[in-house]
Amino acid sequence: MTSAQGLHLKTIALIVIMISVAPLGDVFLGKGMKHLPPMASWAPGHLFHFFFGAFTTSAVWIGIGLLLAYFIAYLVVLSWADYSYVQPASSASYVLIALLAHFVLRETISPMRWLGVAVICTGVFVVGHTHPQTPEHHSW
Amino acid sequence: MVTQAILYILIVFVGTGGELCVSRAMKTIGEVTDFRPHAIARVVARSLALPRMWMGIALMSIAFFALLGMLSLAKVSFVFPSTALSYAAGALGGRYFLNERVTPQRWFGVLLVCVGVALVFLGKG
Repeated sequence: MTSAQGLHLKTIALIVIMISVAPLGDVFLGKGMKHLPPMASWAPGHLFHFFFGAFTTSAVWIGIGLLLAYFIAYLVVLSWADYSYVQPASSASYVLIALLAHFVLRETISPMRWLGVAVICTGVFVVGHTHPQTPEHHSW
Repeated sequence: MVTQAILYILIVFVGTGGELCVSRAMKTIGEVTDFRPHAIARVVARSLALPRMWMGIALMSIAFFALLGMLSLAKVSFVFPSTALSYAAGALGGRYFLNERVTPQRWFGVLLVCVGVALVFLGKG
């Protein structure tokens, strides 16, 4: 196996981990936040109570734990792969989010929104067929 | 509606700014070749010594709080696909802040992602 193939394989492996863990985390966050009153104002007192409620909800913490696992995989893959490759490629997780929202959270998803998710995934597919690392780097 | 718009802007643009900072910090660390837990922990610890990593974490935290607010107001199946707009912001940031060479094919993919986001918005009602 060439080093380019190895690079591609380990990039794909980490992206697969990211797109599996992140949607689960997102759904747990959504489930937790649905148990709270909606954020109705930007007043500091209201925001404090709102976020206090959020961080005393167990589903929110499970979501945070899963998103933390996603974040570590994300950090590792960014150590060699381009941001402009990793970010769109990881958006494949949106299909899984839509499916979980529909089947687990029982949300109604309009045909237009399903079409939008499908188009997003097509975009991801196109991006996924570019090489993860380009030669020009970093003046910032 | 105004609250949702502000939260949306925070999620997309502040979140992307944070990710660009994190990406730049990780490129400073260099490619990770050892995947054993203690080696990954060492990489994370090294990254936390970089100011740009902390800037990224701060911006991403703001975006995360905004996300929690948004999730209390809108459906999961709307919130997450609609925030895919950050891919366009990310590709622009990758090109202009990180000097990554974004190929025409990658731009085309990003354009499709944007079209998909627009459809998700149109399907909100």
